[in-house]
Amino acid sequence: MSSHTAHKQYEKEGKPIAFSPEILEKVKQIIKRYPEGRQNSALLPVLHIAQEEFGGYLSVDVMDYVASLLHIKPIEVYEVSTFYTQYYPEKRGKYMIEVCHTGPCAICGGEHISKRLQEKLGVKLNQTTADGLFTIKEVECLGACGFAPVMQINTEFYEKLTPEKIDTIIDDLKQRASEPQPQQQKWVERFF
Amino acid sequence: MGRKILLEHIDVPGINTFDVYRAHGGYKAAEKALKEMSAAQVVEEVKSAGLRGRGGAGFPTGMKWSFLDKKSANPTYLVCNADESEPGTFKDRYLMEHIPHMLIEGVIISSYAIGCNTAYIYVRGEFKYIIGILNKAIREAHANGFLGNNIQGSGFNLEIHVHSGAGAYICGEETALLESLEGKRGNPRLKPPFPAVKGLYESPTVVNNVETLATVVGIINIGAATYAGIGVGKSSGTKLISACGNINKPGVYEIELGIPVEEFIYSDVYCGGIKDGKKLKAVIPGGSSVPILPQNLVCKTANGDVRLMSYESLADGGFQTGSMLGSGGFIVLDEDACVVRHTYTLARFYRHESCGQCSPCREGTGWMEKVLYRIENGEGRMHDIDLLVNISKNIEGNTICPLGDAAAWPVAAAIRHFRHEFEFHVKHPEIVKNIDHGSLEKFNI
Ligand SMILES: Cc1cc2nc3c(=O)[nH]c(=O)nc-3n(C[C@H](O)[C@H](O)[C@H](O)COP(=O)(O)O)c2cc1C
Ligand code: FES
Repeated sequence: MSSHTAHKQYEKEGKPIAFSPEILEKVKQIIKRYPEGRQNSALLPVLHIAQEEFGGYLSVDVMDYVASLLHIKPIEVYEVSTFYTQYYPEKRGKYMIEVCHTGPCAICGGEHISKRLQEKLGVKLNQTTADGLFTIKEVECLGACGFAPVMQINTEFYEKLTPEKIDTIIDDLKQRASEPQPQQQKWVERFF
Repeated sequence: MGRKILLEHIDVPGINTFDVYRAHGGYKAAEKALKEMSAAQVVEEVKSAGLRGRGGAGFPTGMKWSFLDKKSANPTYLVCNADESEPGTFKDRYLMEHIPHMLIEGVIISSYAIGCNTAYIYVRGEFKYIIGILNKAIREAHANGFLGNNIQGSGFNLEIHVHSGAGAYICGEETALLESLEGKRGNPRLKPPFPAVKGLYESPTVVNNVETLATVVGIINIGAATYAGIGVGKSSGTKLISACGNINKPGVYEIELGIPVEEFIYSDVYCGGIKDGKKLKAVIPGGSSVPILPQNLVCKTANGDVRLMSYESLADGGFQTGSMLGSGGFIVLDEDACVVRHTYTLARFYRHESCGQCSPCREGTGWMEKVLYRIENGEGRMHDIDLLVNISKNIEGNTICPLGDAAAWPVAAAIRHFRHEFEFHVKHPEIVKNIDHGSLEKFNI
């Protein structure tokens, strides 16, 4: 797996791998949702939180840290992180663009959306733009087929897309990235 | 327009909040069940309403509840399946986004009925905003005494927790979902034991779909007899249909089971006909896993009867000339849609989503994808078509969970009804090679 090549990357950036006391408190609450001795159950949500917190991907060090928090073996975390498509083994763009390419989106022009994105950003699928802003990926059905074609950028859905809308969306995101942004609430607060 | 049980108040501004939901009759069913009915009476009510699971298999809900191992020393769990990943299906998301309290109320009543004090809602990882919506609804229900200890003075205790998946269709299969909820890879379990005996944490467990649980609210409100009076025969009540593809009005519709398919496609109340005035080519009526129906079998069965939106009528003719109601994911293809390409994208989906435990599925889905890719790109051979049929037969019935069947059926049905399109691709490579579909992900398995 590519995670092995990437695993020291985050530490090299000089950031410590540890949750803040506030997040740690929230993680403890999540663990308490499951019965005593079943703290394994918190693995998927905690991996989501860790991924957002530590650079947008799961390095081996981050996975080891999560294992230590849940008192489980590191291998139990690696097994899981490699099974689910939303855990990324490598560094990726600030905006993760996931375009649906399954049947219902495809018959409504989804493949032209993917093509336009690639042209607009000058990268191919599974590549990241040089400025580190965007990664494009094609994914399977996002459960929004009635609003096809559909893509998701990080946690947000973009629906009923046209090639023209793609230009606007990308330009807006570029603009937003160039301005100072108010601190956004973290997933752990917004969702979990 | 038919009777609405689930979506009656969907357009009321603020219906996603506790107060507005309550003002429109919300949580009345929970009060009624917890204060005026015994658990056994609620189960009986759901049984006589004839409610069938809305997740895809259509198994009678009350009967499923009564299979629970009552002698077990372990606690009983209710797990709500909000993994919604079957291509063509987007009804549960709609319900949870707009009227989340109906699901919470349904979980309360159903938990009471089966004697469960801790329930989990497993939401697919892509729906993080839905997780936020549900958690807010849960906090509101708590604050108003509908969750926690001694709910409304009834002596019944319940906590609901929302759990996040992380991108895996297979986790919609109930035993894979339980594995995932236990923090593992989503590999389906061998059955028996069934979840009713050994499910979550080795304990008796009921897994139900979002829509199934939300419907329980309506059944308690209007009574089993009234509910059972809606629909036809064993297809009682209403069903959410998520309609997509080449139609004028894609969206989520609540129908009374038993309306004609023709009405559903062409009436302005529903799909509003085929987009851009084109002709209908085919319909996949119950999510991507069910057999495709060619135009001549959509509105009428092979016997010439009017085809209805019901479990029985859609299945009329078996796999030769029928299909299934499934999850209610209704995918419409117009005359210009390419069945070969569509089948290829679905084959790619199933290959990607196979958990890899069983060789027929792990190897077979990839093999079918490769062969379909070849045909779709003008490099196919005539005997590839029968090869596909052969592979699909070798997957079907030979796997731990039904994902194998779900991958095999669409391919077999597409060839059964549209063999001429596959042959055309083989005979005319110069034509199919030059069609601009946009981006096609490079074939890389
Ligand atoms: C591969 C596969 C995927 C499934 N996906 C879902 C799903 O996303 N949502 C769902 O409710 N049921 C899904 N099911 C059906 C569940 O296994 C189960 O039958 C259902 O959740 C039971 O609830 P119900 O009786 O209320 O329908 C899936 C089944 C299979 C085999
Ligand atoms: S097929 Fe694209 S969202 Fe379902």
